[in-house]
Amino acid sequence: MLIIECPYCGLRDQSEFSNGGEAHVKRPDGSSEISDREWSEYVFIRSNTKGIFYERWVHSHGCRKWFNCVRDTSTDEILKTYKIYDTRPKLKDFKNLVDTPSGEPELGSGNFTVKK
Amino acid sequence: MQSVKRKYSIFSMAKNAFNGHKDWPKMWRSPEPREFYDAIIIGGGGHGLGTAYYLAKEHGLKNIAVIEKGWLGGGNTGRNTTIIRSNYLWDDSAHLYEHSLKLWENLSSDLNYNVMFSQRGVMNLAHNEHDIKEIKRRISANNLNGIDSLWLSKEEIQKKVPIMNTDNLRYPVLGASYQPRGGTARHDAIAWGFAMRADEMGVDIIQNCEALQIKTKNGKIEGVETSKGFIRANKVGVVASGHSSVLAETAGIRLPLQSKPLQALVSEPIKPIIDTVVMSSAVHAYVSQSDKGELVIGAGTDSYNSFTQRGGFDIIEETIRAMVELYPVFGKMKMLRQWGGIVDICPDASPIISKSDIEGLFFNCGWGTGGFKATPGSANVFAHTIAKNEPHQINAAFSLERFVSGKLVDEHGAAAVAH
Repeated sequence: MLIIECPYCGLRDQSEFSNGGEAHVKRPDGSSEISDREWSEYVFIRSNTKGIFYERWVHSHGCRKWFNCVRDTSTDEILKTYKIYDTRPKLKDFKNLVDTPSGEPELGSGNFTVKK
Repeated sequence: MQSVKRKYSIFSMAKNAFNGHKDWPKMWRSPEPREFYDAIIIGGGGHGLGTAYYLAKEHGLKNIAVIEKGWLGGGNTGRNTTIIRSNYLWDDSAHLYEHSLKLWENLSSDLNYNVMFSQRGVMNLAHNEHDIKEIKRRISANNLNGIDSLWLSKEEIQKKVPIMNTDNLRYPVLGASYQPRGGTARHDAIAWGFAMRADEMGVDIIQNCEALQIKTKNGKIEGVETSKGFIRANKVGVVASGHSSVLAETAGIRLPLQSKPLQALVSEPIKPIIDTVVMSSAVHAYVSQSDKGELVIGAGTDSYNSFTQRGGFDIIEETIRAMVELYPVFGKMKMLRQWGGIVDICPDASPIISKSDIEGLFFNCGWGTGGFKATPGSANVFAHTIAKNEPHQINAAFSLERFVSGKLVDEHGAAAVAH
């Protein structure tokens, strides 16, 4: 189970939170003009990154506020959490542990956070 | 190296027993990749190996390679709870899974290799009024599609599974659907059986070969860059479950998939105690007993995307809680192993077996939490799709196009988590 730092309440158990999927997804402009394909991309398609991933969480059983999070999906390590209107941290601020598209981090399947 | 025909019979068993089982031939060759293949399948699990098998057997393609990052069947083929059934609500799903179930029924003799398919029946429990209505509706839909499916009363369940606590729990057991033709099979055997027979027909099975990039040119497939060099191909089929979308990304295609860990666990082996498969979506616990005597228990997926083949402990806790409530007799058992597999989930919880915008590039993915049961059926129609450049009528509804047209095959409600 993860321990997540809510930007408002501090470190809490994952059981207090709900995951909201990819962060920084923008609803397309001109909704009456855009094609079905563009709609499809907005409605159904989300990044499924292996490595550094920007995602949303909501502190459902706490302050009930939404916030953003940078997590490495190859290790589950949470690298940063930030408020929803804060600037998105740059990808190069974080170390990518996966060399190839489907590669594994050195310590393998999620042991990183355990051994650290 | 020429592959040899491997025959298994009581005589070959006896013959090999006399010399201490030292002379069994290798089940498949381990060739180096050639420069060019008519078709490359990325992913050496059951679905991928099966695709190669049916491409060679039914469509006469001979120059085929299966490339696999790790070892055969080491992904979700070896990480699931091996439940097989076809009692899906919607017609499209029912036809696909029933096609698969029919292939399972003859697979051991087709492959001359025992896949240990055991039709011990599958039960789906109802715990409230709504469950009863939904399940009865599904039973009727199944029967209209010619699929065996019947309603069991609480008394009938008690007779079949006497150890179940039906009354003294928060969500009492009120009845169940039952598919007698459903059951379980041996997970490794399906991968090994397909691999062996595909190898015999000349398919190159290349393990420890990671696909790095799918190369395309002017909207046409060129080949696959791998850890063993570039391999040219006319057609490429991606069957990489949780990693299908990261591979698609290398060809510039974004798939509607999210990857999450799905967990399972097994207990210490005990004497036969449960001779069917019992699933419950409402309290989320499903269980069967393997031939070794271990209870095979399925848990759920984590709520967040992840590629760690481990999963969160809270998920296990929830499943064990439901297990102990449903079967108090298991309360003091020890669990032997726990693991996670990375499943790729579609927005409508149905798979993608489809062509793509790139000529010669095909996808078979999105099986989410329930792909094992579909292995032979999925492989069979995917081979058809690759060979003919168009879908089989059974998988036509499972195209990528459905996310643009909006004609989804929404199995979320019908299949839920317990696939």
